[in-house]
Amino acid sequence: MRKAGAALSLALVLAVAAAACGGGDGDLTVYAAASLSSALPQADGVRYSFAGSQQLVAQIEQGAEADVLVTADERTIKRVTADYDAVASTTLAIAVAPGNPKRIDALADLAGSNIAVVLADPSVPIGRYSADALAKANVTVRPKSLELDVEAALQKVAIGEADATIAYAAATTTATAKAELVPIPPEHNVVARYYAAALTDRGKPYVEDLPAVLHKRGFDDP
Amino acid sequence: MRRLAVGIPAAIAVALIALPLAALLARTPWSTLGEHVTSSTARQALFISLQTSFGALAVCLVLGLPLAWVLARSTAPGRHLLRALVLVPMVLPPVVGGAALLFAFGRNGVIPLRLSFTTAGAVLAGAFVALPFLVLALEAGLRQLDPRYEDAAAVLGAGPWSRFRHITLPQLAPALVAGSVLAWARALGEFGATITFAGNLPGETQTLPLAVYVALQSDRDAALALSTVLLGTAVAMIVALRGRWLTR
Repeated sequence: MRKAGAALSLALVLAVAAAACGGGDGDLTVYAAASLSSALPQADGVRYSFAGSQQLVAQIEQGAEADVLVTADERTIKRVTADYDAVASTTLAIAVAPGNPKRIDALADLAGSNIAVVLADPSVPIGRYSADALAKANVTVRPKSLELDVEAALQKVAIGEADATIAYAAATTTATAKAELVPIPPEHNVVARYYAAALTDRGKPYVEDLPAVLHKRGFDDP
Repeated sequence: MRRLAVGIPAAIAVALIALPLAALLARTPWSTLGEHVTSSTARQALFISLQTSFGALAVCLVLGLPLAWVLARSTAPGRHLLRALVLVPMVLPPVVGGAALLFAFGRNGVIPLRLSFTTAGAVLAGAFVALPFLVLALEAGLRQLDPRYEDAAAVLGAGPWSRFRHITLPQLAPALVAGSVLAWARALGEFGATITFAGNLPGETQTLPLAVYVALQSDRDAALALSTVLLGTAVAMIVALRGRWLTR
């Protein structure tokens, strides 16, 4: 009994220790905005954590170890480091169900009472960009939900729970593959800029390559 | 030696629970607590939390009491399977429960009640996860009842409703209270099923746990203040139940 107890506590300590240093120490850890989840190259030796930029930054502030941080706005990356670069930009578009069954052609259509719209929370970059675009177009929307990253909002459109959301024009994510993008005219649109920082020396080459990688994926130059 | 073998892991277990709670209290911005707790986001979230958790408890009571009765009194062959089914929401990851609710009662659900992204949806998410707690407590309570009292009342001419009202219910009261408190607390703390099924909209579906989660990503002091409110509520629940657990 005594031995079993001791063995059990030893096993517990080992399990905690293993978990603490688990997850391939040789891998490069990249924390990137959720909208980049299918744009960034999957490669051996690179581990991604995708989430809303504000969430990634909160995690790093709380001690999460990342080699590279890529956010969808400047406000979030500034919370972590002063040493960052703009790596790409894009504009916004309205994401709707395939075939656009509700015939949504402009931001003004999102105010319709029969249109279910989800947006992102204002703490999320896309949430603030969306609010800016809606303000430019002088449109007031009553969203059904304020999601915590653009992927979650797109997913609601993809499964038909929402008719529309506002997303990045260039970020053809897994969910947008099932959604259709309706362009927003330049006078109502805003430019969303992506920023990247190498938080360790190992992350530097990855950050240097990013502008070219994202350009190839259809993003505009910063 | 034996004392150490038991005492050390036990002490670690206590620390595992107490340390994070102490850290939460240590980091709580006490000087601005009032400000954070009375902000419009916090007040809305508190209101939605009270509304949805008590709503969920009401749903659980109306549906759970009859279900507990069936489980305790039925001799039908499928009752073991039924009990196993009732337990599922207790062990299922809540986010999976939320997805299941979405595909059942969402806009394109099997039964398109369009409850997704509504306050009623948040109530349903809470009821889904809380129901097992109430049913289990009530079923155990019902099993402990002495059927002879009911039989005696029946012999003396009491009808079924009168027997339930005057014999069964008073005896069931402790189980009913304990089950209700557990179910209510579970619904109050619900996060995964709520954010998945009901979404996150201040004043509609953003409950306190959702507000904490959102605030943690942008305003840590506000998140800590709201967390302290929820911790206080949890402690109050345990104090209210002290007759059941603390003084055993």
